[in-house]
Amino acid sequence: MAKFEWFSLHRFFAMVSKEFVQMRRDRLTFAMMVGIPIIQLVLFGFAINSDPRHLPTALRLADDGPFVRAIIAAMRSSEYFDIVGATQDEAETQQLVDHGRVQFVLNIPSDFERQLLRGERPALLLEADAADPAAVGPAANAFRILAAAAVDRELRGGLSPLASGVSPFEIRVQQRFNPEAVTRYNIVPGLMGVVLTMTMVIVTALAVTRERERGTMENLLATPVRPLEVMLGKLVPYVLVGYVQMFFILLVAALLFRIPLVGSPVLLLLASLPFIAANLGVGLTFSTLARNQLQAMQMSFFFFLPSMILSGFMFPFRGMPYWAQRIGEILPLTHYLRIVRGILLKGNTLCDILPHLWPILVFLMVALGLGLLRYRRTLD
Amino acid sequence: MNASAVISVDRLTKAFVGKVVVNALSLEVQPGEIFGFLGPNGSGKTTFIRMLCGLLRPDSGSGRCLGFDISSESAQIRPRIGYMAQRFSLYEDLSVRENLQFMGRLYGVADRQNRVAATLNRLRLTPYAEQLAGTLSGGWKQRLALACCLLHEPRLLLLDEPTAGVDPQARLEFWADLYDLSTQGVTTLVSTHYMDEAERCHRLAYLSAGYLLASGTAAEMVQSTGLSSWAASGSDLSQLAAELHTLPGVEQVVPLGSTLHVSGRDGQLLAQSLSPFRNGPHHWEEHSPTLEEVFIFLMRQSGGR
Repeated sequence: MAKFEWFSLHRFFAMVSKEFVQMRRDRLTFAMMVGIPIIQLVLFGFAINSDPRHLPTALRLADDGPFVRAIIAAMRSSEYFDIVGATQDEAETQQLVDHGRVQFVLNIPSDFERQLLRGERPALLLEADAADPAAVGPAANAFRILAAAAVDRELRGGLSPLASGVSPFEIRVQQRFNPEAVTRYNIVPGLMGVVLTMTMVIVTALAVTRERERGTMENLLATPVRPLEVMLGKLVPYVLVGYVQMFFILLVAALLFRIPLVGSPVLLLLASLPFIAANLGVGLTFSTLARNQLQAMQMSFFFFLPSMILSGFMFPFRGMPYWAQRIGEILPLTHYLRIVRGILLKGNTLCDILPHLWPILVFLMVALGLGLLRYRRTLD
Repeated sequence: MNASAVISVDRLTKAFVGKVVVNALSLEVQPGEIFGFLGPNGSGKTTFIRMLCGLLRPDSGSGRCLGFDISSESAQIRPRIGYMAQRFSLYEDLSVRENLQFMGRLYGVADRQNRVAATLNRLRLTPYAEQLAGTLSGGWKQRLALACCLLHEPRLLLLDEPTAGVDPQARLEFWADLYDLSTQGVTTLVSTHYMDEAERCHRLAYLSAGYLLASGTAAEMVQSTGLSSWAASGSDLSQLAAELHTLPGVEQVVPLGSTLHVSGRDGQLLAQSLSPFRNGPHHWEEHSPTLEEVFIFLMRQSGGR
């Protein structure tokens, strides 16, 4: 008699190949896996706007006179900007923006005050991370008005002639990563995460529930197959499906929407694995809770809706209230959106995306752990 | 407990939300036996079989299956048994061959391709090999399920109403297969509602509301109830039945086919009560009670439905 094993590749591959055959035969689910990306791409290729506030802003001040202080005070009192720090270093500034820690950097050149007083119209530079243009536009407009007003207020007495006529200084807004503020640059890469979340969760939630509903689970439980083999055997085929979907979206993004793919596609593919797995884990956990396929579907939507709304896909993350951001930070889609946008639009490297990768891994572990705990070896 | 028994359970009990489904059930099944499990719906047959293969955990009592403890060693039991659930539980969207291949892989069957081909042949499934399991008729589905149970050559088959809804010809063939296996030393525990199948079993157990009411060979079971039985044939049997019901010694009046079976435990009293009728228009004959009468008697005695 064969010795009893905890994990058998044989049984695992039995599950995998069975899932593939079933996937091929189930035309409706197959259509869903192909159809959802297409429909979503078409529907969401056009944007949703809003007016986000409290955007983290860093200061890089080479001059520090009364005018500059007035501008910063005006920024602080507006709701648009949260000043999170000051830096002098060019590279540090670059990194802050690349990692998405700040939305804006305000650059004040040296001699700003002096040139202003001389009427030389000095320029100050507001750098913006425009990967999500919806988050930048309103705040940048607000900045033009409030900076001009703040400087005007300082030009009293003998300086008042400077206040008349053209503005005594110039404001340059530099939109980084997406200079033309094209919203679909933001939406389409984000769609990749949304489509993966939607299909991966639903498809796996259904896959196990279907076994229970059709009575095949009883048969499976009576065989030597172990929970881990069943779970992984069901996950792996859908990981491949997820990659096919990704490839498809990238293709459409590049060819149809002409989105620049700045970063490494290979890195994107690698970084997507934990995200895909995390969603499959959620689906599997749902399938161990649901009694039938309808319930599994309903649970999937309970997960999908907050993912879509709170992840920063629909509304700029920083525009959301604090509590919503906290919930959003738990969801894998939130972090994945940052990774996708980081790689595709900013050319992020592995080091840049690591801070967004580990929350997904944590989520994955929890989801799979719950699924394995809930997977019943008996029918009780 | 007998060490050589394939199944041996002792006071096995299982309750669902406070309702006892299997009540202190003890029995033994010997190697090579075809052991029949009978009883009305909800009598605990399925629950008992599920406990044997580790699908349900017993609340109390103990049991061994092929020498392994059913509560703690189900991982050892699973590879050695073939379980056929009451409901068709194979993949309808896989072909006959694919279902067998899948099961073969799960059980780690050596020389799988040949084993699958041989099993297909043995159960005459070869012509249907490429057909999707969902498109098979009831009898062929059951045969496929049996094929999946046999692929890994288990020592014990646990079959839960394997022939429900299957036509008589297919049932006959199914039982021929079971006999075949029995001669090869495979033990079978099979639950059924069919009397003809019950009579084919080597030994029987009758369950009602979770209690084991009787067990033994068919003859032993008939004997154990101590019933005497008369059969009446002729016309207007239903009117006759109404007249007989109230007579002393008549405990049960059951129409079976074109005859009316009248039985009771006190043979003398029964014969006495019936004697006036024996000169009537009906033809009377004393006979040994049928298994069906015995089961109906057992069921009524236990207050079952």
